[in-house]
Amino acid sequence: MNWMKHLSLYFILSALVIIPGIYSLARYGLKLSIEFTGGSRITLVSMNSSAEDVLQSFKEYSPTIESNDKDGITLKMKEISQDNAQKIVDTTKPYNPDAKMTSFETIGPALGGETVRKTINALAISSLILLAYISFTFKQLKYGISAVIAMFHDTIVLIGSFSLLGHFYGIEVDLLFVTAVLTILSFSVHDTIVVYDRIRELSHKHKNIEYASLVNQAVTETIVRSLNNSLTIIFMLIALFLIGGETTKFFALALLIGTITGTYSSTFTAAPLLLVWNRYFEKSR
Amino acid sequence: MTISKPGKVFIFILILTLVSLYVALPTQVGQYKIPRANIKLGSLDLSKEIELKQGLDIKGGVQVVLKADMSSLSAGDKPVALESLRTVIGKRVDLFGVSESGIKTAVTGDDYRLILELPGVTDSKQALDLIGQTAKLQFAIPQYLPGKTATDSAIFAGFSPTDLSGSDLAKASVTFESQDRLPAVSLQFKDSGRDKFAKITKDNIGKPVAILLDDYPVTMPTVQTEITNGSAVITGQFTIEEAKALAVQLNAGALPVPVSILSQKNIPATLGAESIRKSLVAGAVGLGMVILFMIGNYGRMGLIASFGLVLYGLFTLVIYKLIPVVLSLPGIAGFLLSVGMAVDSNILIFERFKEEMRAGRPWRVALELAFGRAWDSIKDANTATIITGLILFNPLEWSFLNTSGAVRGFALTLIIGIFISLFTGIVVTRNLLRLLYRGISTQTKK
Repeated sequence: MNWMKHLSLYFILSALVIIPGIYSLARYGLKLSIEFTGGSRITLVSMNSSAEDVLQSFKEYSPTIESNDKDGITLKMKEISQDNAQKIVDTTKPYNPDAKMTSFETIGPALGGETVRKTINALAISSLILLAYISFTFKQLKYGISAVIAMFHDTIVLIGSFSLLGHFYGIEVDLLFVTAVLTILSFSVHDTIVVYDRIRELSHKHKNIEYASLVNQAVTETIVRSLNNSLTIIFMLIALFLIGGETTKFFALALLIGTITGTYSSTFTAAPLLLVWNRYFEKSR
Repeated sequence: MTISKPGKVFIFILILTLVSLYVALPTQVGQYKIPRANIKLGSLDLSKEIELKQGLDIKGGVQVVLKADMSSLSAGDKPVALESLRTVIGKRVDLFGVSESGIKTAVTGDDYRLILELPGVTDSKQALDLIGQTAKLQFAIPQYLPGKTATDSAIFAGFSPTDLSGSDLAKASVTFESQDRLPAVSLQFKDSGRDKFAKITKDNIGKPVAILLDDYPVTMPTVQTEITNGSAVITGQFTIEEAKALAVQLNAGALPVPVSILSQKNIPATLGAESIRKSLVAGAVGLGMVILFMIGNYGRMGLIASFGLVLYGLFTLVIYKLIPVVLSLPGIAGFLLSVGMAVDSNILIFERFKEEMRAGRPWRVALELAFGRAWDSIKDANTATIITGLILFNPLEWSFLNTSGAVRGFALTLIIGIFISLFTGIVVTRNLLRLLYRGISTQTKK
């Protein structure tokens, strides 16, 4: 099968996913958790008062309701000390005799900004080291650059999706999301390297074949393993997302989105990019 | 009788599996008690059950990041003060009876921080009020009541505080300048303390003077002579470590550092228990699906790879117990993800095997070729993952990278996962295949 005949189709498909994500990022941004913005989150149980009344009592701290179910009501607000939060809960004691604060979390704004900076550092350093590593292993800069572009492709798809998810479903981006992004970074490169490795091997074997058909053959030979491998990971992640713990639910979702785009990009972004590179920079072949 | 090389490796794997099972299993399964060997290796006691360390998000408790206000101290004193603060706060945490508490220092730019983990603490307010106090150092005179009869020894009645306190002390440090050249602790008083100290030493020659930190005596040297120059040396049969520890404690009073809460997280234990149960169920379901998929796709080879996968799970658990890795919820997710990734090397090899078979090679040759040729891809691809893992784990604690426990926990499980999966996916599976797998060498006729 001639995979490399439809290069523009693959790029258009990527664009169809990426553009709404970027639009959403520019327009709505990400719904950041208090780990980034600073602030407090408390969970109250046995509240008889309505959610509105609870919000009203914390109004000084501009609270929002994060969840309200059988496990209690969870509020997010500006930074508050545990003492003050407890005092406010105590003032509602006449209506809510059994009210209890089961969970309290607060993060200073300084810490939030720092987390953002460190995340960007980690992303930048990973990209640079991976770029150097791949270019070195495959002895050509085009491999490093194409792999890193494919990696950015996946990162943008993932961040864009969460911007949309945040806007429409209120899903937050927290520290675990950062971990997920960095994991996907490595997964994306992992998958791409397997394809590149095959290109390298084939190029040693068949010295006189045209580069495009070389890439094509490599993709044909690796696509089954790529799909099979991703499927095993996807099984695990779907299980984690659907029946796993609440804390890691969206972490699993982020990894799931990343795995899917990572699998797609190694075949349909990273490999075609090599051909694009050849077309513009290595006219000789 | 000679044993083939795969045979030897197989026996090694078998022994490794048995030892791992022993470490991984609890002392009692249902009604059956598992006999324990009475072996001790260093701090590792094999006769007892080796516990899996659970993180705060599973066990429940309080995590606090404290900011140390060092604005009043000179730059050189700051690291000393941070170390003292850590010791003092660590002591208070111990007083609170928190087991397995964690206390770490972190310096970010001009910010000096303490990260505290207090598992099992539910009344966080009470705990933090106690822990967050500024250290109080006080010089005091021990008081004795005379014994009832002349032969009775005197009864200790308590300390009577003097007007000399930590704020009068400039600095304590370890010195070797004493007469006997043994480690000792030197005290340097501020101008405000010089005269007070002179008066105390003058009044108490030949008697002990106690130094109290947070109302507990840390040392009780006996005054040898009146000291008027504001500089004293406490001698005793100290080892260097003891002298250092004493200096650190005294500095906590000399360099008082107020702390404030930068972030706080109270985690109810029930949440963790529920989450871990769900994650384990999810893991079991996922693992089952992966195994079915492997057998469905690769037949008997897939079955053997699944054995490898189960061993992967077992070895990982043992490594977690032995290092020990503190298990957190993201860590569990990382582990489950790595199970999905662990079969990757097998899939690479098996696909390669199919290709070589299609090329018409006998299965035995195809198998060895597949392992050999897939290795390049496996090596390069996993190196890339390890690079990212290391950046996340930040082993050198670079302050421009993440130092958060959750992220690092995840990264550690990821890195461990790669190494173990390379072992089970390649060494274990390869030898099991060599021993157990018998393919049919049919030349494909077209």
